[in-house]
Amino acid sequence: MSSAAMKSARNALVLIAGLLAAWQALYWFVGDAALRPPLVTVQYTARLMTTDAFWMHLSETLQAFAVALSIAVAAGLVIGFGLGFHKLSAQVFEPMLVAVYSIPKITLYPILLLAFGLGMPAKIAFGAIHGIIPVALFTLNAVRNIKPILVKTGRVHGLGPFEMIRSILFPAALPEIFTGFRVGFALTLIGTLLGEMFAAQRGLGYLLMTAIGLHNVELIMAVTLLLVVFAATVSAGLLAIDRWLHRHI
Amino acid sequence: MSQAHVSLRGVTKVFPSSSGGQGLHALGPIDLDLQQGEFFAVVGPSGCGKSTLLELIAGLTSATEGTVEFEGRRIEGDIPDGIGVVFQEDACFPWLSVEDNIAFGLRKIAVAHEEKRRRIGGVLDLMGLGDFARSYPAQLSGGMRQRVCIARTLVIEPRLILLDEPFGALDQQTRLLMGDEVLKLWRQTGATVFLITHALDEAAMLADRIAVMSARPGQLIDVVETHWPAERDSHIVERLEFGAVTARLWKSLREESLKTMAKTSRGPADRT
Amino acid sequence: MSRIAVYRVLVIAAAVLLLELLCYVGVIDRITMQPPHRILRDLALILISGKQNAAILKTLSNASIAFGLALFVGVATAVVLHGYRALRETLDPLFATYYAIPVFAFYPLLIVLLGLGDAPQIGIGFMLGVVAVIVNTLNGLDRVPRVLRKTARIQRLGTIETALTVTLPYAAPYVLTGAKFAVAYSLIGIIGAEFIMSRGGMGYEISFAYNNFDNATMYPLIVLILVVSISINTGLSRWEKLLLARRGQ
Repeated sequence: MSSAAMKSARNALVLIAGLLAAWQALYWFVGDAALRPPLVTVQYTARLMTTDAFWMHLSETLQAFAVALSIAVAAGLVIGFGLGFHKLSAQVFEPMLVAVYSIPKITLYPILLLAFGLGMPAKIAFGAIHGIIPVALFTLNAVRNIKPILVKTGRVHGLGPFEMIRSILFPAALPEIFTGFRVGFALTLIGTLLGEMFAAQRGLGYLLMTAIGLHNVELIMAVTLLLVVFAATVSAGLLAIDRWLHRHI
Repeated sequence: MSQAHVSLRGVTKVFPSSSGGQGLHALGPIDLDLQQGEFFAVVGPSGCGKSTLLELIAGLTSATEGTVEFEGRRIEGDIPDGIGVVFQEDACFPWLSVEDNIAFGLRKIAVAHEEKRRRIGGVLDLMGLGDFARSYPAQLSGGMRQRVCIARTLVIEPRLILLDEPFGALDQQTRLLMGDEVLKLWRQTGATVFLITHALDEAAMLADRIAVMSARPGQLIDVVETHWPAERDSHIVERLEFGAVTARLWKSLREESLKTMAKTSRGPADRT
Repeated sequence: MSRIAVYRVLVIAAAVLLLELLCYVGVIDRITMQPPHRILRDLALILISGKQNAAILKTLSNASIAFGLALFVGVATAVVLHGYRALRETLDPLFATYYAIPVFAFYPLLIVLLGLGDAPQIGIGFMLGVVAVIVNTLNGLDRVPRVLRKTARIQRLGTIETALTVTLPYAAPYVLTGAKFAVAYSLIGIIGAEFIMSRGGMGYEISFAYNNFDNATMYPLIVLILVVSISINTGLSRWEKLLLARRGQ
């Protein structure tokens, strides 16, 4: 293991220990009204994971998330590459994308409910609209910032448009596109969960929302813990790949 | 001779190594006296610790051993009053107009508002920046931006001016012209000037005395007196003696520069 | 108006007209969405009658407080973190995964900690916004050239004075980027919290109108939120551009 990897592993451990300590301390301060201590939460989570209902909710969430992410990445790449190659379109549409990126999309949930009804399609749509724009914006920037000398080199070697994208443009833009994917991943996940909280009757988001409604503290904490662990693990992995790509390409 | 304006005794600088081993001996030991009102230059191969020497005098860093005194008071890592520094890099604040950049120099100087306005107007005229008072640095050329930095230093009326390769980023013609301006300012202000440069001709043209620094750890291996008259400008380069001064500097420096080249070509791990 | 701005207006006008047409021919039915001209008329009626003023005021003022807190605390935290490398490296993974975590799960906890009033909603808005400010401010502080810090030392400025007069002004465009995110996130936090559990505010009114099929209230309120967030965002972007233009970027 390299010293940098050791350092980041040590940092992660220190951070986890710090968060657990803060959690425990907060529990001593707040009491049972709104919190359970870490150990109790872990035990409850383990029990929760033995129930069939939990696995039904989880698989529902994963399905919705997988579809939403696929849509977000595919549409984001198409928009990003399209605008990246067409300067006028980029000038017209980029500020509009940035403006839409900045709107609080949570307010749109009733519209999606009216359009798609309660259930899978609504939450997929909710997840996808969170993820498309970051993927598109990062891809657009990546394509735009490709060094002209690389394209010239490709021309000199007589590459056709398809070859040009496959062997020059995509690899050159890959690190930035991957950053877009990483951001899109996080936002699609949060979008899918918010969709489940407001526009679904299944999934971990729905489970969380019900728990909040019933003030079931154990359940709130267990679901939150699982989501945090999942999001943190995947994000850390993606971040490591992201940094590797930026160093090596 | 009166008491020296700046005085260094047995000054060394060792940068501690991050891995806990033996540190990097960057500089010294150095003994040096700057006389009140003289123009002193230091030339040396790159990476010899010239800039570290300047930072020691400015109080930006403290010596590992030895003492640095300015006007009889010891400098130990704190910035003394009456010293102005101009760096090689563009140190203009890009969010402030030229005028406000210069006024920034007076933040810590307790003078009346009218006096501040008078001084700012004065240095604007002196540096030929009068027409650009309300411009932003991005609207100016590199040479003009460096003038703003010099003006910001002059406005505090320093008694010691430290110049760290101030023209390093400028083209040759601009350097010569800026050299003339620095000479004019030096005569007008009567301040002691300490110039760090890697350009032999620049040092030879500007300074009363020129010290040659060795490769790391930097030590002063030669001091050349130019005997130029105080009233001088870039025409000095036409004199025969100018060639002699430059030749002597190069003779002392050649071997040191070769040492540095040999070191750096060994590999990047050797560099700092 | 530049050619590109004309194109942009045309694109937006075409989109609105398309919606109008789809509503008119019945592809989009009235229960799903009102035609755009009706939404605008309803919005005018709502604003003139003033019957939603209390809700609008509550949401926007809470969002402003959350935004102000996030900006102030975020900038201050970034300045401190920038001085403590080890602490910053430890917190980095947290910042990187933060936006994949459903912060709304902490709403019940905040209610217990802060009471039932507006405070927990402001807390959610603050929690969402503050990390965007911290991350972007740190990014700006990282770019301050060493020579400017040296200049500050030569001028004998103290730590706080250096931050206020040298490093933060240099980082200002990056802080503004963070501020733009914080505007969106504080609105998301406040409105989301109002959706989940509240007795007032625009989020509450929107979800109340949704449950009662009251599109004449729901759509205008949603459009109002979008208009407010896009206007603030555009204003901040203009300011950011002005700062960068002054620096020749």
